[in-house]
Amino acid sequence: MGAAGDTIKAGRRSLRTGITGRILDIGLYIVIAAFLLLLGWHVVQAENAGSYFAQITYFALANGAIYALIAIGYTMVYGIIELINFAHGDVFTFGCFLSASLLPVFQLKEGQVWGPGTILQLLAVMIITMLACAVLNVAIERIAYRPLRHAPRLAPLITAIGVSFFLEGALFLWKGPSQIHYPAVLPATSWSIFGANVTLTEVTVWVTTIVLVVALALFTDRSRLGKAMRATAQDRDAAALMGIDINRTIAATFFIGALLAGAGGVMYGLSYNTTVFDLGFSQGLAAFTAAVFGGIGNIYGAAVGGLLLGLIRTYWDGYFDSAWSDVMIFAILILVLVFRPTGIFGMRVPEK
Amino acid sequence: MRAWLRRVWETDPRKDPNAMLYIALGLFAVLFPVFANVTTGGNPNFLMSVAGDAGVYVLLALGLNVVVGFAGLLDLGYAAFFAIGAYTYAFIASEHLVVTPLHSAIHMPFWIVLIIALFVAASFGVVLGAPTLRLRGDYLAIVTLGFGEIVPRVFKNAATWTSGVNGISALDAPTLPVWLTGPWANTPVGLVTNVKIFDPSAYYVIMVVLLVICVVLIRNLQNSRMGRAWAAIREDEVAAAAMGVNTVQAKLLAFAIGAAFSGFAGTYYGAKLSLVSPENFGFSVSITVLVMVVLGGMGNIPGVMAGALLVYYVIFMLLPTLPDTVTSLVNSIGLSSLTQQSGDWPGIGEFVNRLKFLIFGLILIVVMLVRPQGLIPSRERQQELTKGTHDDTTIEDVNAEAGA
Repeated sequence: MGAAGDTIKAGRRSLRTGITGRILDIGLYIVIAAFLLLLGWHVVQAENAGSYFAQITYFALANGAIYALIAIGYTMVYGIIELINFAHGDVFTFGCFLSASLLPVFQLKEGQVWGPGTILQLLAVMIITMLACAVLNVAIERIAYRPLRHAPRLAPLITAIGVSFFLEGALFLWKGPSQIHYPAVLPATSWSIFGANVTLTEVTVWVTTIVLVVALALFTDRSRLGKAMRATAQDRDAAALMGIDINRTIAATFFIGALLAGAGGVMYGLSYNTTVFDLGFSQGLAAFTAAVFGGIGNIYGAAVGGLLLGLIRTYWDGYFDSAWSDVMIFAILILVLVFRPTGIFGMRVPEK
Repeated sequence: MRAWLRRVWETDPRKDPNAMLYIALGLFAVLFPVFANVTTGGNPNFLMSVAGDAGVYVLLALGLNVVVGFAGLLDLGYAAFFAIGAYTYAFIASEHLVVTPLHSAIHMPFWIVLIIALFVAASFGVVLGAPTLRLRGDYLAIVTLGFGEIVPRVFKNAATWTSGVNGISALDAPTLPVWLTGPWANTPVGLVTNVKIFDPSAYYVIMVVLLVICVVLIRNLQNSRMGRAWAAIREDEVAAAAMGVNTVQAKLLAFAIGAAFSGFAGTYYGAKLSLVSPENFGFSVSITVLVMVVLGGMGNIPGVMAGALLVYYVIFMLLPTLPDTVTSLVNSIGLSSLTQQSGDWPGIGEFVNRLKFLIFGLILIVVMLVRPQGLIPSRERQQELTKGTHDDTTIEDVNAEAGA
């Protein structure tokens, strides 16, 4: 729970000391610089360079925001119980599916005329989806992870995989195996900025993400429960001795993580207008990668990592062969871990 | 041999079920062809072929067990090494290299490729492990996960070398230089040369021999100095390092050895299927093998083998045939209206078919909740869990016991 500034500073100190750390950092900078140079070359070469670049950037930022919303759930859960919550991506898909079904219920359809009332309706859909995802995630924690808290470390990992299969199976039962249309309820308004179109959908995604991440940051930094979460992440036993209810705190972590995943599900649906039952697998893997980029366990790291991942992937797809974009991303992931084992934000590695 | 038999006989199976389990697994391997022959009325080829494929997974589980069970390193991309083994065989034992920029084929015999693939996979293990094994705990898992995603995609995208999504087909069948023939093959007794192996039963025998060799090797490894170093690292890396264990070297070796076994498995898989395709080595394979290891009982060789066989049976035999089974069951109890499709109801067969993921997920959850240590755990692990020799007793436990 990297919100604690002092922890982050301590992590940075321990990494930056020693000549090896220095050399590794320089290596990472060289790799990043090489990538940027290559990208820059292609950017300038393209036709209509400026507007094409701007167009891709807007899309990349929206993409990255969705990754960030999912990645935060991974990073929070990992930070507090050191579990790679494989089911998290499927909770995100559940949010996408549920909101797709809720939109018609709230009288929102394609080509809608928009007014204050419809905005409230969309907000209601989003809040219900977020709460449903949160309740689902807390139930998963209660049933599949909590009983195994003192079991061998891999046991909860296997139940997480089991829950992931279970959820995918349930979503498959719900809406079948094919791609599902997600109603494009937002109007196709767009504004021209730097010669490229910014759509209302993209703005919605950015605003939602920024609001949620800032709210989460304030919550973990300022509230009592947020403090309890940070304490539990640092040392569970000590936190328990200080009178923190561990079970409640962990449940709260799952709850909040899934709130963001649910919002991410709605945002994904609104952006892409399509979804599929095993979407959570690929999105989850990407979001998890983003969490690692930022230094797993660190909320700000996950947000920045998600954004970075969105940028890297979309730029790569835009300027290079998209068949290699996954290879590229995972290669960068490995390089980042080799050069900066704790991610770009340099959170302390839990040593237990 | 007699001494060994005596030792096995005198071990109390309640204390250490392993000896009995080895015998049971051995008996199973010997009796399975008989069973296949009898149940299918003398046409066992399909069952024997399936058993060979199951053996591939047993081999993979044994290899991953060295990494995860012995050394305690979580590997989420094990299928990458499997893919590397299989493609090694595809490259150097088929006509394929003719259509690559190399323009000339290499045909190495299967038996030699087994060894080559072992070293190739192990070297990739070292290449990946050397810079990353200094990482702690789950960071290694993430690196392996990334590697596991990269390798199949590279095989898929580097089409000039690998034919991309189509994969490489028509791999050489293993050959024996000399083999005895006789009335069982409807020929007079004599020697034949250069026999190509196509018969599923022969593949079954090869797999059993491979498995026996691997089990002996892995068992000896576990009881060696290195095996004890792995156990020490698994339990407490800092303490192990303080005791003079070269942790990086030991972890690297575990990684390389684990990869080597999947090189074996890959070669066999390629030869038996005569086809390799990037689709067969995805994340789901890594996850399946990990599930086999953990479900069977990490670190315990017969447990892992039993787990692998069981999970293989559930995923590849039980679940695919379940819709038909349920349909005929429903028909036989007179509810045949359920089998018809009507409105949203897709018919019971299709319904059960859609339930497959869900059922598999439920099985995983329930088994792990009931037996977190695995189905057949090693003795050490079982005692750790029941007696809590670890720092597992936390303040929560104390609170719970005090009724707080």
